[in-house]
Amino acid sequence: MLIGITAVCFIVLHLTGDPAALLLPENATEEDYATIRSTMGFDRPLYIQFFDYMKNAFSMDFGHSFQQNQPAFNIVIERLPATIELAIVAFSIALLIAIPVGMISALKRGSKTDIAATFSALLGQSMPNFWLGLILIFFFSLYLDLFPTSGRISFGILEDAKTKFYMLEGLFTLNFSLFSDAFMHALLPSITVGLYSSAKLTRLVRSSMLEVLSEDYVRTARAKGLSSFTVIGYHAFKNASIPLVTLGGIELGLLLGGTVVTETVFAWPGVGLLTVQALQTDDFPVIQASVFLLAFIFVFVNLAVDILYAFLDPRIRFS
Amino acid sequence: MNKNINTLSQGANTTKETSQLRTLITSISRYKPALFGGIILGLLIFVAIFAPLVSPFDPNLQFPTEARVAPLTYLAESDRFVLLGTDQVGRDQLSRIMYASRVTLMVSFFAVIISCLLGTLVGLLAGYYRGWFDIIAMRWVDISLAFPFELLALSIVAVTGPSLTIVIIVLSLRIWVVYARVVRGSTLSIREKDYINGAKAVGAGEVRILTRYVLPNVLTPVLVVSTLYIGRMILIESSLSFLGIGVPATTPTWGGILGDGRAYIDTAWWIAFFPGLAIMITVLSVNLLGDWLRDYFDPKIDI
Repeated sequence: MLIGITAVCFIVLHLTGDPAALLLPENATEEDYATIRSTMGFDRPLYIQFFDYMKNAFSMDFGHSFQQNQPAFNIVIERLPATIELAIVAFSIALLIAIPVGMISALKRGSKTDIAATFSALLGQSMPNFWLGLILIFFFSLYLDLFPTSGRISFGILEDAKTKFYMLEGLFTLNFSLFSDAFMHALLPSITVGLYSSAKLTRLVRSSMLEVLSEDYVRTARAKGLSSFTVIGYHAFKNASIPLVTLGGIELGLLLGGTVVTETVFAWPGVGLLTVQALQTDDFPVIQASVFLLAFIFVFVNLAVDILYAFLDPRIRFS
Repeated sequence: MNKNINTLSQGANTTKETSQLRTLITSISRYKPALFGGIILGLLIFVAIFAPLVSPFDPNLQFPTEARVAPLTYLAESDRFVLLGTDQVGRDQLSRIMYASRVTLMVSFFAVIISCLLGTLVGLLAGYYRGWFDIIAMRWVDISLAFPFELLALSIVAVTGPSLTIVIIVLSLRIWVVYARVVRGSTLSIREKDYINGAKAVGAGEVRILTRYVLPNVLTPVLVVSTLYIGRMILIESSLSFLGIGVPATTPTWGGILGDGRAYIDTAWWIAFFPGLAIMITVLSVNLLGDWLRDYFDPKIDI
């Protein structure tokens, strides 16, 4: 799968024509072109370039960024903590909303609460997230002045941080000002991303709970006289959570790779924003490195989900 | 005599079709949200087609002196009443949003047609013949469905340059796999049916079996997928336009207007607000309609 994605990246990026033309000013001479082609290796046959490229991709070497004179992969890696932090906070928000709302609406099927929850989920799925982000910025940051409008952290506090995982670091080193500042910055973008995912997950929790609640073992558990809390929380929810893990895993993978738009709206310095900026400046090595990295993370998360299955459902065995 | 029988059977067919249509209409009028979605969508299509007639002003006419005027204002200089305000160069917001609906509808219409044709063809062949083609096609489908495709779409658009055609192609690349999977699933069960064996027994060719016996039976899921995915297409198209790498900026699009309005969010919120509202109402209508269609035809469709 990774090989496929990497190959597609290479093919697409070479469809544009001459990469040398991008590096040189408009008034460059033919000699300039020849020099840059031989130093960058653009003059070799395409299939050799391709094999070289694939070989380098697996040793994480995507060449130097055209814009900043640094290895492209390092630039991308530097942005990764921001994206991970956003994805995790957003995912937690999504789960915190989806699980209780989905369960309540399954338990009170057909009630007003259920209808309201189902409709909100549909509304959440229909809302463009860049619009939601802008509304949140307008209302909470500009009008009420509760949250910062953009970025990850304030300037004065930035110097305290030793790692790039600001929130985690603040939590573990008990640096409260660092944690709260990072949290305040992260909250609005996380809600923006999280609401959309929670809409999807709520519908899933609701439907799988409904399915499980009509099973015999739930009836048996009730008949045994177990409290409804135990029945719902343990017997029903544990079984209903299997599809949630699948979709949740895919969702987390998508969040790690797919927060491009939200990162742009909030100027969140993650991989998504970097990719958009690289696209605007035709910085191919950076684009290739970030697409590769995101694909890699995605495959990794899916693998983790498969392993988690075995814990939840002992009937699933790996052959 | 023979002719009479033909007419008779045709008559019977028509009655059957009318009564099916009637059940459909009764069902939608009972389910209010879907009816609401249908009406909104109908209105939108009307506005998109007749935009030059229904829009109050020319969407490209600029009045720099009347820039960023709030909604519901009468402008004396150009003799306009601006219902949704004006944008950063004084163009009428309502007219621009009306014209922008054309792009949205055109993109989703063509993307649905292309991905529907491609996906149905691949799904039919994969489900009917199985074998290596099925394996390769389904492998590709799994990869496409699981990968954050927006990112790859971004790189394609950025590399080829923004254009309407590219946006349509990118969207089709994303959606056709859904058709392929659903059609393949239906084909797998249909090919085991008795009437397929019957058709084979009377000597029907494979092309005839596929087009006359299998295809009509997979059209329902295709219809449901189309409605459920139009909403997503509109969202992807508008995010590409919002990022400035979708439809070229010279054509008004909802995402594009919103992207431009972002810079003025603190002084003129209406520039970004209304196009977003338009996107949300449209996608919501399509989703309501799609949910109802799925429940009506087959709640168990796996999409």
